[in-house]
Amino acid sequence: MPAPVIATQNLVKSYPVKNSKDFVAVDGISFEVAPGESFGLLGPNGAGKSTTMRMIGAVSTRTSGDLDVLGLDPNRYGPEIRGQLGVVPQENNLDMELKVRENLLVYGRYFGLPRARVARRADELLEFAQLADKAGAKVDDLSGGMKRRLTIARALINDPRILLLDEPTTGLDPQARHILWDRLFRLKEQGTTLLLTTHYMDEAEQLCDRLVVVDKGRIMAEGSPADLIRRYSSREVLEVRFGSTQNAEVAGRIQGYGERVDVLPDRILVYSDSGEHELERMTAAGLHPITSLVRRSSLEDVFLRLTGRNLIE
Amino acid sequence: MSDFQHGVSDSIRSQTLAAAVAAAARTRRYGSWYVAEHRFRVMRSYAQTVLFTAVGSPLVYLYAMGVGLASLVNGNLGDNAVTGVSYLAFLAPALLASSAIAVAAEEFTYPIMLGFKWNPTFFGMNASSIQPGQIINGIVISVAARMLLTCAIFYVFMLVFGAVPGALGFVAVLVALLTGLAFGALVMGYTATLKDDTGQLAMVQRFVILPMTLFSGTFFPLDVLPPYLQWIGWISPLWHGTELSRVFAYGLPEPIWLSVVHVLYLAALLAIGWIWARRLTVRRLNK
Repeated sequence: MPAPVIATQNLVKSYPVKNSKDFVAVDGISFEVAPGESFGLLGPNGAGKSTTMRMIGAVSTRTSGDLDVLGLDPNRYGPEIRGQLGVVPQENNLDMELKVRENLLVYGRYFGLPRARVARRADELLEFAQLADKAGAKVDDLSGGMKRRLTIARALINDPRILLLDEPTTGLDPQARHILWDRLFRLKEQGTTLLLTTHYMDEAEQLCDRLVVVDKGRIMAEGSPADLIRRYSSREVLEVRFGSTQNAEVAGRIQGYGERVDVLPDRILVYSDSGEHELERMTAAGLHPITSLVRRSSLEDVFLRLTGRNLIE
Repeated sequence: MSDFQHGVSDSIRSQTLAAAVAAAARTRRYGSWYVAEHRFRVMRSYAQTVLFTAVGSPLVYLYAMGVGLASLVNGNLGDNAVTGVSYLAFLAPALLASSAIAVAAEEFTYPIMLGFKWNPTFFGMNASSIQPGQIINGIVISVAARMLLTCAIFYVFMLVFGAVPGALGFVAVLVALLTGLAFGALVMGYTATLKDDTGQLAMVQRFVILPMTLFSGTFFPLDVLPPYLQWIGWISPLWHGTELSRVFAYGLPEPIWLSVVHVLYLAALLAIGWIWARRLTVRRLNK
């Protein structure tokens, strides 16, 4: 195996809290990312994903543990590491007082690149981000999806070896998300290492070769999306609704269906290799759900299984 | 770190290190200038305001006070009654220093609030090879440039109005620059402590800058004030800057040690404010 480009071991970040115990945002996380790999941190809001990203991005000092990015220690080589990274933060920090292309020009200079080279690269990236016709527009006038694509273009201005993406499609409409995924998939094909956080299962399934499921600052599971689904869920899931008043009563009667049954306040999930089969069994027993849905199992189910909670709360 | 890094061979490690170090070397050295470059680009978007205030304020103030108000003062007290020169010559160096303060009050407040909070570009810069201290340096460099331009234009108008009897008058431009930066660095430090602007910046304008302008020997010599109010002048960077400007503009009689104190005091404020702002920035960006 080639040397990892990111390696963390027992990584911890805690913040002092007045008159109380420290708040531990990241509680002993260990993983490695290989060059060219697309690696995800999947978890709910507040799981410690962004904090982990900031430590890897060499802008947040770790409390303890080991961290190695491109073989360098961020505590000592901050500017050197950041020079090899592209960062797409969760909160937009494009300069709203500058035009679209200008944002790329000033940012490229931050890596000590000559003006002519930055200008050339800026034009290529505007093309890549499908923003060439917006080069002279005000950033404020861009849609959310365009702003995010501009941020990605900005993150690529220094030809980074690793691209860090923190919740890249949060807040975007479905169409904008798909455009963005296509762009990111292109980068992945070109061999850029991607590290992304997300609380969207579909995003993780689309983009990640491998991921860790994070909750409350700890890693709950690690593997490829398919691997995790195989380990922690079934091939299909049958979702049925009997109405909130009937749910608990029905639940008692279908215990033993499929591989497992999860009773949520409003829905019942039956994990099985064949959702249709379970539904037939249910109707045969005289149970008629108000709505029923058979779907492929997803990382959402993995998360629910691992933590007993939904990802988006 | 032995077990942990077993997968990384030493030769690959040192190659990566060498390449990364080489790539970041320019930013380590010139990063502050790159930030200044960014600020200049932003200033260009409000260049009209910059030029309009730089040209408009000397015209208005020198005419209204140095000519209008001066006719009243000179009429009452005689032509060379204020510290041995005309009222215009007395007032102009003080207005010059005040114009530097005005630039400081603008450029060391809102851009700082903006960068940390309203449009957090500082976090964007910090994610590149730039270091937090370089962000502050870059801002100081860019503001110094705007201040120098503003003061130089002001000085040209002073010459046009015949307000500079001394041959070393141009040095007053540099004194004004030092004054503006010294005061501005403190304001920058203070602004960097603010998580939110809930009117604090307007308060600074009203309860710090305005009284400072009135009680720093700007419109009348400090010794006209009752002794229990003169301390305002002594702690005011504007008073120190104004007095020193007058020394160069028309040779205000002053012991040499006092001139040295002016320079040292202003330099000390500049250093304190600058270091303070850098420290706060390091802390705020490392979340």
